Amino acid sequence: MDLARIRNFSIIAHIDHGKSTLSDRILELTNAVEKRDMRSQYLDTMDLERERGITIKAQNVRVDWKGFTLHLIDTPGHVDFGYEVSRSLAACEGVVLVVDAAQGIEAQTLANCYLALEHNLEIVAALNKIDLPAADPDRYAQEIETVLGIPAADILRISAKTGDGVDGLLDAICERIPAPKGDPDAPLQALIFDSQYDQYRGVVSSVRVMNGRLNSKSKLLFMQAGTPQDPIEVGVRRPVPTPVDELGPGEVGYLIAGIKEVAQARSGETVTTFHGGSSEALHGYSDPKPMVFCGLFPIDGDDFELMRESLEKLKLNDASITYAPESSGALGFGFRCGFLGLLHMEIVKERLEREFNLALIATAPSVEYRVHRTNGVVELCDNPADLPQPQSIDYIEEPYFRVSIITPKEYTGTLMDLCQTRRGDMTKLEYLSPERVELHYLLPLAEVVVDFFDQMKSRTQGYASLDYELNGYQRSNLVKVDLLLNGIPADAFSTIVHRDKAFAYGNRMCEKLKELIPRQMFDVPIQAAIGGKVIARETVKAKRKDVLAKCYGGDITRKRKLLEKQKEGKKKMKSIGRVEIPGDVFISALKLDD
Amino acid sequence: MSEPFGVYLHIPFCAARCGYCAFATWTDRHHLQAQYLDALQRDILRSALPPVTSVFVGGGTPTLVDAAALIEVVRAIPTTDGAEVTIECNPDDVTLEMMHIYRAGGVNRVSLGVQSMVGHVLQSLERTHVPSNVVRAVTAIKQAGIPTFNLDLIYGGAGESLADWRTTLEQAIDLGPSHISAYALTIEAGTPLAAKPELHPDDDDLADKYELADDLLAAVGLVNYEVSNWAVPGHECRHNMLYWQQGDYRGFGSAAHSHAHGRRFWNLRTPERYIEAVDAGESTEAAGEDLDAETRRMEGLQLALRMSDGVPVEALPIDELEGLVVTDGVRVRLTRTGRLLANEVSLRLR
Ligand SMILES: Nc1nc2c(ncn2[C@@H]2O[C@H](COP(=O)(O)OP(=O)(O)OP(=O)(O)O)[C@@H](O)[C@H]2O)c(=O)[nH]1
Ligand SMILES: C[S@@+](CC[C@H](N)C(=O)[O-])C[C@H]1O[C@@H](n2cnc3c(N)ncnc32)[C@H](O)[C@@H]1O
Ligand code: SF4
Ligand SMILES: [Mg+2]
Repeated sequence: MDLARIRNFSIIAHIDHGKSTLSDRILELTNAVEKRDMRSQYLDTMDLERERGITIKAQNVRVDWKGFTLHLIDTPGHVDFGYEVSRSLAACEGVVLVVDAAQGIEAQTLANCYLALEHNLEIVAALNKIDLPAADPDRYAQEIETVLGIPAADILRISAKTGDGVDGLLDAICERIPAPKGDPDAPLQALIFDSQYDQYRGVVSSVRVMNGRLNSKSKLLFMQAGTPQDPIEVGVRRPVPTPVDELGPGEVGYLIAGIKEVAQARSGETVTTFHGGSSEALHGYSDPKPMVFCGLFPIDGDDFELMRESLEKLKLNDASITYAPESSGALGFGFRCGFLGLLHMEIVKERLEREFNLALIATAPSVEYRVHRTNGVVELCDNPADLPQPQSIDYIEEPYFRVSIITPKEYTGTLMDLCQTRRGDMTKLEYLSPERVELHYLLPLAEVVVDFFDQMKSRTQGYASLDYELNGYQRSNLVKVDLLLNGIPADAFSTIVHRDKAFAYGNRMCEKLKELIPRQMFDVPIQAAIGGKVIARETVKAKRKDVLAKCYGGDITRKRKLLEKQKEGKKKMKSIGRVEIPGDVFISALKLDD
Repeated sequence: MSEPFGVYLHIPFCAARCGYCAFATWTDRHHLQAQYLDALQRDILRSALPPVTSVFVGGGTPTLVDAAALIEVVRAIPTTDGAEVTIECNPDDVTLEMMHIYRAGGVNRVSLGVQSMVGHVLQSLERTHVPSNVVRAVTAIKQAGIPTFNLDLIYGGAGESLADWRTTLEQAIDLGPSHISAYALTIEAGTPLAAKPELHPDDDDLADKYELADDLLAAVGLVNYEVSNWAVPGHECRHNMLYWQQGDYRGFGSAAHSHAHGRRFWNLRTPERYIEAVDAGESTEAAGEDLDAETRRMEGLQLALRMSDGVPVEALPIDELEGLVVTDGVRVRLTRTGRLLANEVSLRLR
């Protein structure tokens, strides 16, 4: 294929600014998807994505436009999935930066734009949703020029909903984004930038060819894994997977190599030919550092092995997950898992449950602490259950975030308030424009991962946005709060919190659990304790009635089905001692409002 | 005596829809009544039924359709000597004349939809009748010489105090029924009530009311024989017992359910489609299921557990169910506490 006629780009933006909707219009305009097959956010294929209305996985597709071959990658906007964006960028020469014309720049607009700049990519900016009455493209074009240095005159104006201006955007992409470079006759170098496990076809990898040719005939070598592989199929997503004879330099497509061992086709892997291949691997990715940890335990202890396999397969599709076996007195055998944020944690748990048919219980999330022992040893601890005895601890350090919050200026006060209660230190306050402010804070990670985001949104009617990155460790006065269910300490539910907040935390947790734990056949006391001393207590009163009143006349089938459903429901509950608790009790407890 | 066999007739018409009700019934299809009864009759006649031991006419509101026409349908069903023939009646509609027609047509049991004897509770349940209608209806039932009757009660309506419920029970008892069904208000998905959580009953309150009902009813000789049913011994509803003992029965009319030797099936849901099928000489069945031996066994236990005779000892882990069950070494039976938690017990059947 003629390199000069290829354009590879990712669509990046803050969450909900309209990336997937823009992708829809592009699929339509280029006749990639027939009208009758079209549905909103076509590329959001996962049930979870459709239910939540957000993109979780980046998706690539090839379309044709006026003699050009375009590879577009729709990326997620949520901060937890920033890693999906960075991986996608490695397959591109440019990006379309979408900005909501009624919202302007938000935190991930900046974060994702900086990512694109880091990768040296051409940026085509577009103000979207100009059909909205509240759209103010002139004002936000100015803002983009001021903050990002993109000339206002170069910013396109589109409506991904009506399709207005989208053809002009495609033209601009062809004009402004450089063609890929690469040597078709050089030894093959192809980058795997994503993989997923398909029940029927094994591992399907998304690849970008840098040099040489990738076809389904020559034996391949996966360079990092060091394993030879026989390719089975090479193709492109249009978006329907369509086999092709070969992929040349600059092309994006997929590769199926009959790989069973999922660990062998990790993202970042370089593929070359086994004979006469390249000796140089491409710049891979460094896996992102997980920030939130929790234990995930199969509710049915027999599912432990299935869970291990499932994690392995999911890791292929989401390299940012980490996991290691763990055992808990209360919950049995499971895995300590690391995630990029709380939403990520929730999504991974749900994907494991849906895609691999597991029922899981998640423990309270934790960050990774540095524990300085009295003997001088420093240990990392991401599991409160593993925290050494207090007398052997000299002090504990906790990780901090450098946080940036972009907000209309009238919310500055309430946000400063929030950061204050979350033990934050303000480092800077900047005006992006006369109306908008960027607040910079240092905040303990533990205070951000819980419900900071929801609090921020509710205090600002959704107008503030947040971005963050890790920024070292600081010494803090921390204690471990234990939870006792029915008098039995549930090791997996211990949490490390700041001493000043332990009491409030214990109270709140007991209250939340009282709401979330269904009534049992007996009273269940819930207690929070520090070092054996009870600081809070609630009781889930024994349930007195659960019987169905009616037998529904002759409709016995219905009655039986209701009981069967109840039985199914029970399978989603984990027994701790004699107490049955729902698998998402801690995720829910942390989500509820203050 | 041969095996019991029952017939159920469904009358899918109501004057108004109660907010809690999920039954297959319509308020805007009264023009179909005559055609529908006619279809019922033809459906019965073409089915070549054996003599049946019980007939139950339910709804919807059977009393909404012409009494004589309904009786004609009922008479199309061959019955054994001493068969139980019940019609479900709404208090608003009951007249002495109607009861005479029913009686003459072989009806020997009436089930009256009382629900409550307290005005504001009836209103919150969106019932159209007032307590005095109930008294009038019962007088008519007795005057017509219908030998036995049941009162249906619902507890847990919004705004019903424990004292209100006591009033309902006491006044119901004063009417001298030989049978009372008392149902906890159940939130059925898709009903208007389901969308109003502020009106939903509280489980503890329901439990208190259940216990009160059991106390008051037992004191006047109405013995609990199924979770929600109390009767003077000998007056248990034979037709319902058939359902709960996995007996065979045939349902006629839209949405009616049938059971024949482990096969359960149900009819087309709307009256129009039922009439059409009968007119066309086709089956009225919408769908069904064949129970395998194990499912049938478990179903039998689940149903039996709710009844006073209980289940065989080996069917339950008795040690885990202290306070919920008692045993005589042969059968295990639910205690009153156990009846309220029958689902929890049911999940442990084996
Ligand atoms: N009025 C209007 N609404 C739009 C337009 N583009 C997108 N939307 C709406 O904005 C919401 C978010 O759109 P998506 O396309 O899912 O946004 P996204 O950027 O892909 O979101 P994430 O993938 O979760 O980051 C949806 O309700 C869209 O219908 C537009 O041009 N005009
Ligand atoms: C099939 S209904 C129809 C009888 C008649 N139309 C009436 O309402 O009186 C029979 C009985 O079921 C009970 N019932 C119906 N829906 C109920 C619900 N949601 N919760 C509790 N009992 C209910 C009522 O006591 C009612 O009398
Ligand atoms: S409860 Fe009875 S009267 Fe009310 S709608 Fe249902 S069937 Fe009709
Ligand atoms: Mg999207």
